[in-house]
Amino acid sequence: MVVYSLYILNKAAGLIYQRDFNEGLRKLSSNDYLVLSGTFHAVHAIASRISPVPSSSGIEVLETETFRLQCFQTLTGTKFLLISEPRQQGSDAILRRIYELYADYVIKNPFYQIEMPVRCDLFDRHLGAYIKSL
Amino acid sequence: MSKLPTPSRASSDKSSSHPGFAVRSSATSSSLASRRATVYDRNMNRRAPDLALSTFAFLFSEMVQYSQKNVKGVQEMENRLSAYGYHVGQRVLELATVREIKNAKRETRVLGLLQFINTTIWKAIFGKVADALEKSKDQEDEYMIIDNNPVANSYISVPKELSSLDCASFQAGVIEAVMDGCQFPAKITAHSVPTELYPLKTVFLVKLDPLVIEREKYMR
Repeated sequence: MVVYSLYILNKAAGLIYQRDFNEGLRKLSSNDYLVLSGTFHAVHAIASRISPVPSSSGIEVLETETFRLQCFQTLTGTKFLLISEPRQQGSDAILRRIYELYADYVIKNPFYQIEMPVRCDLFDRHLGAYIKSL
Repeated sequence: MSKLPTPSRASSDKSSSHPGFAVRSSATSSSLASRRATVYDRNMNRRAPDLALSTFAFLFSEMVQYSQKNVKGVQEMENRLSAYGYHVGQRVLELATVREIKNAKRETRVLGLLQFINTTIWKAIFGKVADALEKSKDQEDEYMIIDNNPVANSYISVPKELSSLDCASFQAGVIEAVMDGCQFPAKITAHSVPTELYPLKTVFLVKLDPLVIEREKYMR
């Protein structure tokens, strides 16, 4: 079980949280991270529109040879993207747990302004502990 | 003549969809609700079922945001949070005394009272006892109540620019009210002392009024 990194996008496609969990991943420039998240947001929106199935949820999983990207969209439009190794199982459950942590340590934090970048020590700490425990 | 009442009735129908009218109708329904059982009708000895921590967390989060408005500094904000806690403490002391009526006694010594806060009061509000109670080595009038995981701080990450702020000041206010209510005037401040294991660890420093120290000497 290797989880590479986590992205959290707000409903306006802004990247509010990005964290790599493994050493040795090539760092992108901060602008590239924004481009990446913006592109995914757009593709996700298009996918949900052009889907033959009515009320499609858009892209949920993207599988490639080198990684697997799982997307979890909350009812409020926040997206959680988890990038893991290709044969990762149960990414969906991991994302739900991360959503719980987000709801606890970010949303309930009085110093967090909604839709703004996440800077909460407790969230970092608990997220790190959870990913390590996998 | 007979046609006259009709338009007036129609206009009253229209006004019923008006928000102003809706407010009045909700006012009447709330007066109906007040006739139902109130908190005063309930048995005082029965403990209410525990409240979800999330409910408290959201309410407290709003309280912290509210107390942040128009404050000049961290000190003032802590004072405000402490003032909220003071209101809680006053009521909790009363209720805890009633509920503990079987083995209730009036605490006359500082240590007894602090033990009472450490266990009974803490359990009544937070469902657990505080982690430690210590006496300051160098100051005769200072005690410390230590909580490794204060409930008020459970979900709060204080930003770096406010690093000296401890939202558990709310709990300090509770202690202050209980001590005041028992005639042990004291000043209580909350200090966060993060450790690797307990990042939220808070020390409540109890500084007793000189009057209390003097009384304590007579009782020895």
